[in-house]
Amino acid sequence: MAADPDDEGARASFRRGARLAVPFAIVGFVLSLSFGVLARRAGLSAGQTIAAAAIMFAGSAQFAMLSVVAGGGGVAAAISAAGLMNARFLAMGVAIAPSLPGGPLRRAAQGQSVIDASWALANRGDGTFDRWLLFGNTAPQYLTWTLGTVVGAVFGDTLGDTDRLGLDAIYPTFFLALLLGELRDPASRWAAVGGGLLALALVPVAPPGVPILAASAVALVGLVRRSA
Amino acid sequence: MTLSYAEVWLVIVGCAVLTVLIKACGPVLLGGRTLPATFTRVVTLMAPTLLCALVVTSVLAEGGSWSVGAQTGGVAVAGVMLWRRLPLVLCVLVAVLVTAGIRAVA
Repeated sequence: MAADPDDEGARASFRRGARLAVPFAIVGFVLSLSFGVLARRAGLSAGQTIAAAAIMFAGSAQFAMLSVVAGGGGVAAAISAAGLMNARFLAMGVAIAPSLPGGPLRRAAQGQSVIDASWALANRGDGTFDRWLLFGNTAPQYLTWTLGTVVGAVFGDTLGDTDRLGLDAIYPTFFLALLLGELRDPASRWAAVGGGLLALALVPVAPPGVPILAASAVALVGLVRRSA
Repeated sequence: MTLSYAEVWLVIVGCAVLTVLIKACGPVLLGGRTLPATFTRVVTLMAPTLLCALVVTSVLAEGGSWSVGAQTGGVAVAGVMLWRRLPLVLCVLVAVLVTAGIRAVA
């Protein structure tokens, strides 16, 4: 087995993915630390905070869920906010499906390793994905994501007045970086502008979480806009 | 927060199950199949739409009203740096320092 050239290629891809993951894993650690601190302050227990990060492992969905919960929203609103935030994984799953071998269960299990950064980096640009690069890229990010949340949830109190630390700037900056990577064509740019404006317009009149959900409706322009 | 301890667990488990199902959808149902281009276009546009809504609501709103805070300045500076293709870790560090700096002097 060790001499199998496919195995060698897989190992090389895995290592390459892990190397490329370093900056994302570092930022992920601090970001999930801030999630841990904010979740504890919102009233979640340490166990709940760590469980949320370890079993959801989806930053934007976790923060969306947290902002609905912290803002006084209900169970259904919190879950749908997280679900809609994760809706982009539908598209990523569709794109990567042909690159994942095995039966439906095995493909579903491999699909769990898709996160924004790993999906983008594993994309070969010719319609196929390097799945071992995907796994290698996601693994360290999962590790630091969970560790960061443990540190934030357990030691967050000792950080003192976290409001003054500027941790709340990490989350928007991380997603701004992902957003800039999404603005490849005019349709994406206009959808982003439309979604941002609609969400802002709804902030004063809609319950927490709803502006972000409603913004996703802007993506429906994809139905009518047929770019030549 | 108005939810009880048990309700928070319900939210967490519900979110986790939904995340697993969403990630499994494509690989299970659409392995080796091609989708209508319009469907793919809509789902593809959801990423920039949601990410932008997420960024602007966390930077320009507080609770139920528009607001500009210290983190608005920090993220704005980082945004320019990201746009100039500076490393992510550096941009995040600057965002945190600028935000903390504004709070220290404000």
